Formats: sequence, C-alpha cells, structure tokens
Amino acid sequence: MSGPAPTPTPEASKDSSQLRQKEMIARHFDRLAAAPETGEKTAYTFVPGNLSELLLSFDVLPVLPEINSLQSAMRGRSADYISLAEKLGHSEDVCTYVKSDIGMLKSGNIGPTGQRLPNPDLLLLSYTGCFTFMKWFELLAQEYQAPVTMLQVPYQADGRITDDMRRYVVDQLRRKVIPTLEQVTGRAYDEDRLRECLALSAQAEDDLVAVLRAARHRPSPIDAYFGAVYYVGPIFSSFRGTRAAVDYYRALREEIEQRMAHGLGPVTPEGEMGAERFRIVVEGPPNWTSFRQFWKMFSDEGAVCVASTYAKVGGMYDLGFRHDPQRPLESLAEYCLGCYTNLSLPTRIDLIVRYLEEYEADGFLINSVKSCNSFSAGQLHILREVEARSGRPGGFIESDLVDPRYFSAANIKNRLESYFQMLQQKSRNPNPVAAS
Amino acid sequence: MSAPALAELVARAEALYLDYRLGAVREWKRRTGGLAIGYMPIYVPRELLHAQGVLPVGVMGGREDLEIIKGDAYYQSYICHIPRSTIELGLNGSLDPLDGMLFPAICDVIRNLSGMWQSLFPAKLAHYLDLPQDFDPELGGRFYRHDLERLSASLVERGARPLTPEALARSIELYNAERREVRALYELRRTQPWKLPTHELYLFLRAALVLPVEESTELFRQYRLAVLDDPGRKPLDQARVVLTGSFCEQPPLGLIKTLERAGCSIVDDDFVQVLRFIRSDIPVADDPLGALVHAFLTDAMASPTRYVDRGRKGEELVQRVRACGAEGLLFCAPSFCDPALLDQPMLVKAVEAEGIAWTAFKYAENSGQFQVIREQAGTFADSIKLWSNA
Repeated sequence: MSGPAPTPTPEASKDSSQLRQKEMIARHFDRLAAAPETGEKTAYTFVPGNLSELLLSFDVLPVLPEINSLQSAMRGRSADYISLAEKLGHSEDVCTYVKSDIGMLKSGNIGPTGQRLPNPDLLLLSYTGCFTFMKWFELLAQEYQAPVTMLQVPYQADGRITDDMRRYVVDQLRRKVIPTLEQVTGRAYDEDRLRECLALSAQAEDDLVAVLRAARHRPSPIDAYFGAVYYVGPIFSSFRGTRAAVDYYRALREEIEQRMAHGLGPVTPEGEMGAERFRIVVEGPPNWTSFRQFWKMFSDEGAVCVASTYAKVGGMYDLGFRHDPQRPLESLAEYCLGCYTNLSLPTRIDLIVRYLEEYEADGFLINSVKSCNSFSAGQLHILREVEARSGRPGGFIESDLVDPRYFSAANIKNRLESYFQMLQQKSRNPNPVAAS
Repeated sequence: MSAPALAELVARAEALYLDYRLGAVREWKRRTGGLAIGYMPIYVPRELLHAQGVLPVGVMGGREDLEIIKGDAYYQSYICHIPRSTIELGLNGSLDPLDGMLFPAICDVIRNLSGMWQSLFPAKLAHYLDLPQDFDPELGGRFYRHDLERLSASLVERGARPLTPEALARSIELYNAERREVRALYELRRTQPWKLPTHELYLFLRAALVLPVEESTELFRQYRLAVLDDPGRKPLDQARVVLTGSFCEQPPLGLIKTLERAGCSIVDDDFVQVLRFIRSDIPVADDPLGALVHAFLTDAMASPTRYVDRGRKGEELVQRVRACGAEGLLFCAPSFCDPALLDQPMLVKAVEAEGIAWTAFKYAENSGQFQVIREQAGTFADSIKLWSNA
C-alpha cells in the first residue's frame, strides 16, 4: 500500500555568489574527473592546514575527503556509505566523515557531481588540529599505492606560535613535502610561482574578512554560520591562491555591501530572511544531513548567526592572518598553526567571548557533533566559561556531521525554540534580579 | 630480614592501586618537599622529571568505584570515560598533591583536556607534550628536544632543580633498571603464565605509577622472586591470548579477572605502557637528553597514537602474537577511543592475513557487568582449545 506522495522540497533560494561558487566547484570536479585523461596530478589532503598554494605551484589538484563526506551527506548518500564502512569493521563510535569517505571509496569513489574521483598521485597528510586525520590517511594509505607525506603541525597548547613550532613546520615543508611534490610531479620547486599564489591568497582573504565582518551591521546581511559555509567554500577548498578566488571574493564582497546598504538580511534557502530578532554566535560544525532543515530552525525564529567558529577551521583570517608572499614557507606554517581546531581551549573561549562582544550577539549556541572530538571534547566547559565571562546565555544542542541517525529534528527544534524564548524573555527583562 | 611474602606484596600493590587520594605521593612530598607531576597514559619521559627531583605520577583515570559527580557535567555521552574521571579526581581534591599535569599527545580528547586543566587549575602546571610524529632526528627529534627543554624550564620555574646531564644520565640508568624488571615479569608471564596471573601483575604495574622509580623497581623485583618461589601455582589449560587496545583508558580489574576466568591466559597486553614504551635500555652517552629523544624516535612500541607508514601497520602486533606463542588476540578497547577503534580495522586486516584468531569487545573503565564479555571470551577460548592447531 502506498502512502501519500511526499511533498517536493522547494528549490533552495540562492544568491548570485552562491551560484557562482557552485559553478567554480563543479568545474574543479570536472577537472578532477578528467585527470586520468589529462594527466593532471591530484593530491588527497585536508581543509585545515591545507597547502593549496604550494600544490597550485606544482599544478597539483587537491581532493578533500572531508568535503566529499559532507557533500555525500547533503546529497543523502552518507547513511549508506557509513553503513557499508561499519559492515567492513569500522566502529560505530568513530568519526563519520571517515566512514562516509571509506564507504564512498568502496562504492566506486563517485564524487559530489556524480563523476568518479581520480585515485591520488599523492596522499598529503596535513596533520593539523585533528588526531583522526592521521588515522584517516593511514586507512587511505592501505587503499592506494600513492606516496604518503605527512606534515605534523604542532598544537598551540599555550595559545601562541613559538619559533620552534614554525621552524618544525617549515623544515618539514622544505625537507619532506616539497621534495615529495617534486618527485610526484617531476617539476622543480618554483618559489616565485608560490609567491604569486600567496599574493593572490592575501587579496581574497582581505575580501573574505570584509564579508564576515559585515555581520557587525544591523541587520546582518549574511548568516556567518550556515551562509558562511558557501562563502568559505572556495577559499577553504581548492581555490585559495587563484585569480578565480580573487574575482569571486571581490564580487561576493560587493554583493554583501549592497545588501548592507539596502538594509537587507541574509538569503536563506527559503528566500530572503525576515526581521532579525536574535544575533547568535555559533561554535561547532553544522549538521550536513539536514543542513537546510537545521538552518530553517534558526531563520524561522529570526535568528541570524553573526559569527561562527566553524567558518575559521580553514584559517583565522579575521584575526589578521594573511598569507605573505615575502615569507612563503613561514607564512604557510603560520597558516597551518593558526587554524581554529589547532587552538587551545582557553584560546577558543577567548575567541567566542570576543565574537559575542564585537558582533553584539544576544547569545551563543554550541552544536556539539558526535563525530568530532577535536571540536566537541571540552565544549561543555566552553559553554560554562563563556557564559560566566560574557554574561550572555549559551545553548547546547547535539547532532552529528554526516550520520543522519544522530540528527533528531524534533529534539533539536525543541531545544532551539526554548533557547530563543529564553533570549526573548531576557531581552524584555535584561536584569531580572535587579528588577525584582 | 626475610623477603616479604607474596600475599603481603600483592596487598601493598593493591592498596597503592586503590588509593585515589595518592597517599604514597603525599607521603613522598612530606618527606622530600619535592614537586610531584602527574601524567596521562601511554608515554612521558619520566627520566627527565626524576633528574630534576620531581616525582612523576601516573594518572590513569578511575574505576567502577569512583562516583562521577562533576566530571559528567564536562563531557557528552559520546566521549570516552577517562577525561571525566580525571576531571572528577581533580575537582574532588584527590589530585591535590600534584603540582601539575602532563598531557601527552594521545588524541583530541586528552589534548583538549590539557586546555581544560589550564582553565580549571590555573595555579598548576599543565603541559601538553606534543610528541613528534616525524621520526627524523633533524625534524621531529629537534622539535621534541626543544619541547623537553621547555618542560624542564617550566619545572625549574616551579621550584625543581635545573636539569644536568649527570643527573639525567643517572635517572636514565634507574629507569633502565625498572624497564628490565618489567621486561623480566612479562617474560616470566610469557613462559609460565600460571605463575603470573595478569589481574595480579596489573596491580604492580599500577602501583609503580605512584612510587619513586627506586621503590617501584625493588617492588617488581620482590614480586618476581616471590612468584618464582611460590610452589602453589600450577599450569592451567587456558588459551594463550594477547590483549590489545587498552593503552589509555584502563579496563576495570574485574574485566581482566573475567577474561582469565573465561579461559584466557593473557600473555601480552597494552596495559600501563609507560613502563615499557621504550623497549630497550636507553644507552647513556655524552648527551643523555639526546639519548632520551633518540629512544623515543627509534625504540618506542608501535602504538595507535604514533604514525605508522603503510606496509608496517599491524606488523608489530603480529610479531608480538608470534613472539609470545599466543593462540589468539583480544581487541579490548574502551568505548569511543578514537586511536584504538580507528586502528582496529587495519590491525584486523594484518592479523587475519596471518591467520590469527581474534575477537573484539569494548569496555569503559567503570564497567561493572561483564557477563556478555565473559561468554564471548569463553567461547573464543573454547574455540581455540578445541579447534586450533596448537
């Protein structure tokens, strides 16, 4: 017996920058799919601590497994991939990005655009801010014959980058990563080309920061969590260091400045957002399996995310870091060392408190994902500390990155509604003790 | 003076193991006025601390008898148990005698715990020991050496004596002696497992974590002599197994006993690895700090926390199984342990390629019910005894 036909999900609204970045990323996947024929070399690597400019200087195309996993989730494929990986012996307790990637690989390695991803010519393990990355590439190394090179990026445990840390990364780049790239590509390291790429990166980074800082305006013209996922896409993935990224971020900035000038809020998948009622800072990655539904839970309540830590996993540009063509390898090292998940918990707490103040937020929310201990371990401590220091209320919800079994829509919606009601009450009566 | 009886030694080890409040450490501090620094599992270079007059104290989390009141408020349900019990012990005053904590690079949970420690106990040292994953002396080796020098300077700032090559050389020799005693115990268990039940050996491994190395070495020696002298321990018809995966959060003692009662004779394991992480004696040369670094780079146990090149994954585990004549392998990992559980499929592949029988289960340090594991381990042991070629 068949039930009623499901209501089709309306096409998501997209602003022109979203359409543009979608085209850019589609073109990248076309190049990847064609790589076996064109002979272009590919390297599998990670978003945090990625060495896009260095790869670009060798004409190597990056493939980012965690992007593939989140894309699989957005296309509704991750559940099957995870299930397959668990059948193959991967524990239900571990990172679902890894399992989705392994499942995808074992299912033919079909990427987000429906094309087969090429086998890697190099596994470039940028071991930055996440222990699981190391295990992930040990697993991939068993599947492919490609050489593996590992770049260990020390953890900023004391909240600063020391000379020893910088030197360790630079020395690994010089003595291990670059020679491996030379071997894989048959080309010599070209520092002038790297400098050109880094200069382009810095231009794009300037414009990205201007976009993110637009959220200081009331109403915010952007959503700096859900919307920022699209904004950071090109710079976090394959386009940092390219002219295309410079052009994209210039156009994006202009688009956002126009929205700001017209007093417009963000564009959500459901269309133009209504009145801005709450300004929220968010910590933690989004859920990807129900991304649109999750965003709608915020936008329906008039909640705009004005800053997020997730938008900094691929670089802390808003704190002033820029790739520097005058110090190419040192600059790459500082980039890797400075990614958000490589920061100590006290530094993360400082950052969220700073965002609450700078972006005049009403409160902050933590989306704690089961898969990611790098983000999640310690988030309840962050919640407590940030509340105590900022005096602004925190909310806590739990989901997962790409495993739909851990996205309980009713539960999350319930918690969010309660949280927003609390913010509403607080805005009416900001100092209840004194008032009473 | 006659040697202490076995029962007396076991009772002492058990008392040290059970003492959450670190009475032995408090007593040592009262006696010496020195600093005591805690460390989380797997590996820290205890020699360096000892050379500066500091007592290294292993902190391995809690057991089923530790009521977690505050610790659970810091961690979600899907995080392993050891950080919540460690926080609990910190907040309930058990770790008060410690002047600081070292957090070796085990995983993201322990890494983030180092930051929580900085926030929760700002007056104490909280040092994240960023162990190198690059084993080239000029790369990872140099970085690690600088980190050790930084740690040493932090200890001096807190009142420890400065590090000298002479003192470090002496400390390395003392820890070499302890490593030799531990190796001798493991060798004895390998050859005569009935003499050395693992649930009893484990008490001594844990006791050593709160004692000065001179005392722990002597305790191991006395224990070895006592079990050799004990005529009451007779061979048992059990399956010889290696247990792997329990290198960080430790299993409850009841789980180890359960496995033994189910017919498994554990002939090698991953427990309290800090005592054996460096596999051989460290040669004491002109540059003892360099020797300590070199030992970590070249002579450490394979561990899921340590990067392993393709092709060598699982190699050491297979060798361990073969070397101790084990008939099977138990994957015994804590729930939500990323290093152990992410490694497991690769290790399974390696051992299956060698035809080694295995079974897998998970635990938490506070598990109190073992019936399911008992049945599983019992079936595994029976199948080995009935069907293996051994």
